[in-house]
Amino acid sequence: MFVALRELAFARTRFGLMGAVVALISVLMVLLSGLSSGLVVDGVSGLLRSPITAVAFAEGTRTDSAFTRSLVSSAERDAWAARDDVADAELLGTAIVNARNDDGTPVDLTLFGVERGGFVEPATGEGRALAGEGEVVLSSSARDEGVEIGDVLTVDRVGTELEVVGFTTDQRTFGHVDIGFLDLRTWQEVHVGVPDGGPLPADTYDTASVVALRGVDGALPDLAAGDAAAGTAARTVEDAFDSSPGYSAEIMTMQLIQGFLYAISALVVGAFFTLWTVQRTRELAVMRAIGASTRYLVTDGLAQAAILLVASVGVGLGIGLGLGALVTGTGMPFALETGPIVTGAVLLLGLGLAGAGVATVRIARVDPVTALGENR
Amino acid sequence: MTTTTSTTRTGLGLHDVTLTFGDGDTQVAALDHVDLAVAPGEIVAVVGPSGAGKSSLLAVAGGLTRPTSGRVTVDDAELTQLSGRALARFRRDHLGFVFQSGNLVPALTAIDQLRLVEKITGRPAATPPAELLEAVGMTPHAHRRPGRLSGGERQRVGIARALVASPSVLLVDEPTAALDRRRSHEIVELLARQTHDRGFATVMVTHDHDVLEHCDRVLEMVDGRLSPA
Repeated sequence: MFVALRELAFARTRFGLMGAVVALISVLMVLLSGLSSGLVVDGVSGLLRSPITAVAFAEGTRTDSAFTRSLVSSAERDAWAARDDVADAELLGTAIVNARNDDGTPVDLTLFGVERGGFVEPATGEGRALAGEGEVVLSSSARDEGVEIGDVLTVDRVGTELEVVGFTTDQRTFGHVDIGFLDLRTWQEVHVGVPDGGPLPADTYDTASVVALRGVDGALPDLAAGDAAAGTAARTVEDAFDSSPGYSAEIMTMQLIQGFLYAISALVVGAFFTLWTVQRTRELAVMRAIGASTRYLVTDGLAQAAILLVASVGVGLGIGLGLGALVTGTGMPFALETGPIVTGAVLLLGLGLAGAGVATVRIARVDPVTALGENR
Repeated sequence: MTTTTSTTRTGLGLHDVTLTFGDGDTQVAALDHVDLAVAPGEIVAVVGPSGAGKSSLLAVAGGLTRPTSGRVTVDDAELTQLSGRALARFRRDHLGFVFQSGNLVPALTAIDQLRLVEKITGRPAATPPAELLEAVGMTPHAHRRPGRLSGGERQRVGIARALVASPSVLLVDEPTAALDRRRSHEIVELLARQTHDRGFATVMVTHDHDVLEHCDRVLEMVDGRLSPA
């Protein structure tokens, strides 16, 4: 690293500019990662943070909006519950509705009809758990909409009234809409959609959207065998994310942007070090002529790239996390998660080194004979 | 002056060396059956028109280019027998190069140019870098980078750098190409003095006839053939 360090100091403007570009790319990486995680939380935290291991949909349901289209009955639930590798099987009703608060403010909700006291019902951080029909426990994020305990929400069209009795401990959203957990029977009434007093169809209280499953000790049950027995189409909860509204389109968009970002960073770093190597061809030839091995020169070049990358990605991460902290809680779907950010930083470093590695191929090819003769 | 090598110094020898480029009708002989012996402590100048093969002579003598036929010896080693990696190691440990305008690394100060050679060889110089700079009169500018040195000063640093590895053979390529008359004399005088004092064999390629008086022998190269001038 003898030459590497001295060159970093000597050509500090050039390396500074390059470092600034890498740092900005890192900032963008952090922000995109935060946005991506935020979209996941906003889209499927209701499933992600639940103990559900798999979801059984009605057979033949279209996958992209299965949660709101699927219809199952207690027969399917019972078939799943009878299986040895299934610890819990419960009916879960899902529906996206518009509602209004006491003062007429519109509140959008995803209603999750759960079996009271069952494994899907979440813990409450404020207020109390569901005690009967006509009550609702809302995602903690619903407080941002101005909803408070004791408010009564009225579901549009059907007119069902829901009293807010509690909030969950953390954000529980589905399809970017706050979840309202309510008793399955209330959900079934809303789902059937018959206004107050009207006669209800016979199977009203036997219907839900899906069967929520939990394997024994959290292990994944044998879905294919269960499907054959129950006549359903079950998927792991992660696969079921795709059936949340807009989820796969959002994730694909973010992944495309991130993919391009990584490709660009590798190319930019590769291009910089290629030009830098070309610029140094003469001195590399001289060093080879006086006996420096290819390994010595390549190691030196890669060490230089590594120092530049680590320093600038580090600075970029710092700025990105600072900006991220400012953005969090502003209503933008944004969540800083260690895993994806570390992965992103490692990818930026790895791809940058790969780009610089391409440039070092030129170092290996420099012919020491060119050190002789005409100078530039 | 002691040397770290255990080999006995016999200087540089080229024996019936031929170097050809291309083949068939387009074949060009850069070196045409060249014989040359330079003894330790002797400085030999090679003059001749451009394209006569002077640079090829240095490249072959320095193990940078393999001759088409013939043998090159330095002390008791035969360069033409060495593999690529062994050749690079041999170059590092036994040969010194002085290039046009010094050909220094722009990012390094004068003293660091010498320390770089220590890093590359992995052993300290027999004569410490500061003393070598003193010997070429560069002590006041030891901490300047090449960009702040004159052409003559760069060449002095280049000579000092070539001496770090205590070479058996010093190969010098047009050392006065970018220098005025007075500085040219100073540089070649310095080379001759170092050659005599430290006892290595020096081959200097030049087309500056002014400076030949400082050399022990002068040879002329024409169309790849070497003859006494």
